[in-house]
Amino acid sequence: MSLLNPLKPSERMKVPRQESIEQPASERKENFLEVSFGLNEERARVEATRCLECKNPVCTEGCPVGIDIRSFIQAILQKDYVGAVKKIREANYLPAICGRVCPQEEQCEAVCTLGKKNPAVAIGKLERFVADYEMENGLFTVPEIAVRREGKIAIVGSGPAGLTCAAELAKLGYNITIFEALHAVGGVLRYGIPEFRLPRKILDLETERIKALGVEIITNFVVGRTATIDEFFGEWGFNAVFLGTGAGTPHFMGIPGESASGVYSANEFLTRVNLMKAYKFPEYDTPIRVGKRVAVIGGGNTAMDAVRTAKRLGAEKAYLVYRRSKKEMPARVEEIHHAEQEGIEFLLMTNPVRILTDANNWVVGMECQRMELGEPDDSGRRRPMPIPDSNFVINVETVIEAVGQAPNPIIQSTTPGLNIGKKGTVVTDDAQRTSREGIFAGGDLSRGGATVILAMRDGKRAASAIHEFLSTKRTNHEEDSPLYTNPYCQYIS
Amino acid sequence: MFPILSKEPLSPTITRFVIYAPYIAKKRQAGNFVIVRVIETGERIPLTIAEGDPEEGSITLIVQAVGKTTKLLCSMGVGDHLVDVVGPLGNPTEIVRDSVVACIGGGVGTAELYPITRALREHGNKIYTIIGARSRDLIILESEMSACSDYLFLTTDDGSYKRKGLVTHQLKDLLDAQVEFDAVYAIGPLPMMKAVSQVTQHYGIKTYVSLNAVMVDGTGMCGGCRVSVNGTMKFACVDGPEFDGHKVDFDELIKRNRTYGDFERESDRRYCETHTWERQEVVK
Ligand SMILES: Cc1cc2nc3c(=O)[nH]c(=O)nc-3n(C[C@H](O)[C@H](O)[C@H](O)COP(=O)(O)OP(=O)(O)OC[C@H]3O[C@@H](n4cnc5c(N)ncnc54)[C@H](O)[C@@H]3O)c2cc1C
Ligand code: FES
Repeated sequence: MSLLNPLKPSERMKVPRQESIEQPASERKENFLEVSFGLNEERARVEATRCLECKNPVCTEGCPVGIDIRSFIQAILQKDYVGAVKKIREANYLPAICGRVCPQEEQCEAVCTLGKKNPAVAIGKLERFVADYEMENGLFTVPEIAVRREGKIAIVGSGPAGLTCAAELAKLGYNITIFEALHAVGGVLRYGIPEFRLPRKILDLETERIKALGVEIITNFVVGRTATIDEFFGEWGFNAVFLGTGAGTPHFMGIPGESASGVYSANEFLTRVNLMKAYKFPEYDTPIRVGKRVAVIGGGNTAMDAVRTAKRLGAEKAYLVYRRSKKEMPARVEEIHHAEQEGIEFLLMTNPVRILTDANNWVVGMECQRMELGEPDDSGRRRPMPIPDSNFVINVETVIEAVGQAPNPIIQSTTPGLNIGKKGTVVTDDAQRTSREGIFAGGDLSRGGATVILAMRDGKRAASAIHEFLSTKRTNHEEDSPLYTNPYCQYIS
Repeated sequence: MFPILSKEPLSPTITRFVIYAPYIAKKRQAGNFVIVRVIETGERIPLTIAEGDPEEGSITLIVQAVGKTTKLLCSMGVGDHLVDVVGPLGNPTEIVRDSVVACIGGGVGTAELYPITRALREHGNKIYTIIGARSRDLIILESEMSACSDYLFLTTDDGSYKRKGLVTHQLKDLLDAQVEFDAVYAIGPLPMMKAVSQVTQHYGIKTYVSLNAVMVDGTGMCGGCRVSVNGTMKFACVDGPEFDGHKVDFDELIKRNRTYGDFERESDRRYCETHTWERQEVVK
């Protein structure tokens, strides 16, 4: 038992889980300031005492990037917050971000031993606390780069996958350039996740820390168009490439009325607000149109972000329309909870069938159908089935579709020899190697829509594989990889 | 940062800019466009690449001042720079060979048509070019277009220059005169491209039109630029911007493009209140 923690295990179990301090729902639904202020020092220290310091810390196994959680919590007990954040950063270069957006309830906190009978240790909130502490007190120091290595690596896409891969390789001493299609860095962290969940100053700071490792970032560069991957290997002189271009192409449901004015993909809606700052029109030039009544279709984080953003932009009624029940929603529980607090109306077991428009093609409503859960499908989840004659209309002026995304095909279609999966994803092996030597991929590009932390894990794995590839210059690629089929397999949509 | 290397007025409201953008200059092909953000608080707008000079590392953009962003851009000069220019985006134009083609440009659309006409010329086509505009001062690139066409026809809606009438009148006359076109390339305002497509559909002539949908990213990420082509949804920025004019739902796009009309007028009004916006002198 630790000498650091004054409490006996039985006492630790009695300490209630510490909650974040939050902006009241009535206020925050009118602003874009961060919803949660996190734990203060006092609460963080109390929370840290709840950790049972298990001999076999299963939480670390539950963490996709394997953070040494027990150790960082012990550092908090010692008031060594900088030591704590350093510990985290050994495994995860973006703690302030992960502390805010990871679905901890499905990862580290899901397996927490304390959590078997009591609420789990608030690991995510502790992570955020130490990262914020370091930031507020300006205590960050750039990790030392011990050796410089030969090797120029291009990282395509500046989302969490690309940023992590870049940071890991830069720490190993390689020469790194990130290419980003948009004018700003961060991928979904920039254009998708709203300011009220992830303040931009945090993202800007994390970006600066990556640059501090000597990483060069070139924005406004669409790989596949501005230059191709083959040109990267040729005249640009890169030795390896990591693809982290995400899954940015939005799906539409394919129901009538989707071409109307007032229908957005969640991507467009969120990009206008987050990247282009349309909520500050006319100070910023990009417009956004939000009706008095808004319906958002979907049940994931994207849908939740869109509907809460619509509310903040002045929607009097903001509906979330989802065809299954709340239990099946893929969004983080905290976001669902916050959305409910903010007065979002959930229309569950409801499926849109048609968007209604007026003569000028403006949205005036949406026809929906009620659903019930039928037989389990292949995935074991009960399939929602329409209830006959249950159609009804909701009056809305804006419809936002958050029904999934696929990888953007620009690189796949301009890079011969990349093996492409059914849904347009780039196929990789466990080490993130693609079917082409020297090209690695990860994040949403290889998974379809997933999470920030899984993108980061892929970025880390790819960094190790790239390091190995450049160190040995030999990958045994063709023999190793069962994926290697036809080298000229093209993207099939 | 993308510096403006030179600037030249083409009409009282249309300006030609040469911008330093070396990567784009190297890769661009006829039909490609860039997305531009003029200032930090600005919006992202698509502009066709009229020409590129890989040696100098520059691209040419031709801009008509119609709203706040374009007026702001047109007020800038050599030494100023655009904060963002990204491209080349969109698919290059499908260039036919050794055929008889009509190139039809309306207003500032002529600027987009120019690189295509040049490419068509290089591929051994016989080219009938028709340029139309509302009035004389909106006719641009007359000498450039004439240099890469076999025949050049000009029309103005008000009759202030050359033929009074619409480009479709001229096109019909050519068709009546038994000119057998293999393909038509039409770029201009949506109603014009729609009218041209209606005429050519009747004759079964393959018609390429370039759709100026509202765009944000220009890389297929937002779907804001979606258009209906042959009843299916396409993203103009990555599937286009050129499509078969006989299959495009023009009426739908015309309505969609009005989505932000009131915002655009508001931005423009505010800009004009605080800036003197003058039509520029042009020496023709
Ligand atoms: C609205 C929203 C909310 C979300 N909320 C959460 C959450 O709370 N928690 C969580 O864990 N996950 C969340 N997710 C999912 C998570 O954001 C993604 O899984 C993660 O960002 C994927 O990271 P990535 O690096 O693979 O790709 P992305 O973050 O998508 O980044 C890809 C980058 O590549 C760039 N790019 C694309 N093509 C090119 C090209 N050809 N050349 C150059 N650059 C290119 C893109 O512009 C982009 O910047 C959310 C997703 C969305 C859309
Ligand atoms: S402009 Fe965003 S998808 Fe075309």
